[in-house]
Amino acid sequence: MSAETTAATTAQWSRPPLIKSTLLRHTITVLGLLYLVWSIGSLEVNWERVLDGLPRASNIFTRMFPPDFSRWALLTRGIIESLEMAFAATIVGMVLAIPLGLCAAGNLVPKPVYLVARSIIVLLRTFHEVIVAIMFVKIFGFGPLAGVLTLIVASVSFISKLIAEDIENMSSGQVEAIKATGASFPKMLLYGVAPQILPRYLGVSIYRLDANIRHSTVVGIVGAGGIGATLSATFSRYDYDFSLAILLAIIALVFIGEFFSTWAREKLR
Amino acid sequence: MLAVRELTKTYDTGTAALRNVSISIDEPQVVAIIGPSGAGKSTLIRCINRLVEPTSGSVELNGENLTALSSRELRKARRHIGMIFQEYNLVERLTVMENVLSGRLGYVSFWRAFRRNYPPADVAAAFRLLERVGLEGRENTRADSLSGGQRQRVGIARALIQSPELLLVDEPTASLDPKTGRQVMRILVELAKENKTPTLVNIHDVQLAKSFSNRVIGMRDGEIVFDGKPKQLTEKVLTDIYGEEDWSTEAAGGDDDDAPAAKASK
Repeated sequence: MSAETTAATTAQWSRPPLIKSTLLRHTITVLGLLYLVWSIGSLEVNWERVLDGLPRASNIFTRMFPPDFSRWALLTRGIIESLEMAFAATIVGMVLAIPLGLCAAGNLVPKPVYLVARSIIVLLRTFHEVIVAIMFVKIFGFGPLAGVLTLIVASVSFISKLIAEDIENMSSGQVEAIKATGASFPKMLLYGVAPQILPRYLGVSIYRLDANIRHSTVVGIVGAGGIGATLSATFSRYDYDFSLAILLAIIALVFIGEFFSTWAREKLR
Repeated sequence: MLAVRELTKTYDTGTAALRNVSISIDEPQVVAIIGPSGAGKSTLIRCINRLVEPTSGSVELNGENLTALSSRELRKARRHIGMIFQEYNLVERLTVMENVLSGRLGYVSFWRAFRRNYPPADVAAAFRLLERVGLEGRENTRADSLSGGQRQRVGIARALIQSPELLLVDEPTASLDPKTGRQVMRILVELAKENKTPTLVNIHDVQLAKSFSNRVIGMRDGEIVFDGKPKQLTEKVLTDIYGEEDWSTEAAGGDDDDAPAAKASK
């Protein structure tokens, strides 16, 4: 065998590790494992209460069957209210997200405008829907208005954040070409920016509609209208068979929303 | 027509892209600007329509000082300056027709632009130009489904529908294969001559510059180092512009006619 082939068979290469120092690498692994063990140990599961809960759970589940669809009128009304809340919130959110999203795109507006718009988005995103819903219920009372406002807040921040990021990643050449024709800023938005972000804007909005349908059932539980309010009422009245009927209806609704959202976004590509 | 006086551009990074560049174009002619990458060719033509703001100096087009205009006046002035780009810069998701008509954006109201309701004269001009650049019947094709050469033809139509008093062309052929590049240059130069539009073309390809221009400007390190007729581009001049290189177009040992490579290519 020649020297050349011997060298070739013994050649070795391994990917350089992410953390260069061997000591640091092993220390981090050991610390990570220790933390995992400690956190599992500190969970303090009270097994007695878990055992007490089991018969209660089986009681609830037996009383749930068979699901009671006899009050279907109430059920449908709740579902329709939830859907209306979701649609209204998505549409208002889509409209409000356009100015906010444009102002939050660093490559379109001066720095101060950008910072203000970004802060508004962060602020709107800070609190979970349930907390926002509780606040609106306190202000406007029980009912769908509080629910719609909650979903609008969530939709505006979500859609505007994503379109702002899309605008920041768009091709500047297309915008430059439109500017070079002497187009004003609004016309530049219309021809240079809008066509580039439209598919994502619609895609994100459809995704948000899907999310709003799911969340509209949640915010109802704190009294902000919709099917969630109906569900919450059945639990407090121990109408578990009706609860199950509502839960099944919500599952069906979310499935339909999910399929529609996937289908529509596929079409947009 | 066009007078560029002592134009200087220093970028925020401290790079001096242009140093005291003066050019004057007094007749409708095609002026090729050649020079190595980073010589300031692109900056020069972008400083003329102020897509890049010059640091000092002035640009005068048909008696109007472009460098002194307010942003509103500048938009008005840009309507008369057509621009063609290396990467075509078409709006990818719009149709060919929308791209061509976008050259008239400076003249129509926002609402008409939104509804794509352009005056019949503009639409007629767009159809005429599409036919002229060889894209008749393609008006409803989306720009992103065209080939490179077709896109650049749309780019030419978009610039020419402005009825420009000046054409700025930035590396029109750099993304095209040699044949398509020559075809695009030919259309561009023909249309510029027909409309008597003075044209500034940045171009990498010295051969194309020689074939299609009336005048060649050579730039190096942000300065003009040559300004003359295409046939004055000797090896010495090319060395001045690009630096030392063997400029003979023959392959090394190309005088040997019996070389196998030469035979194979015949």
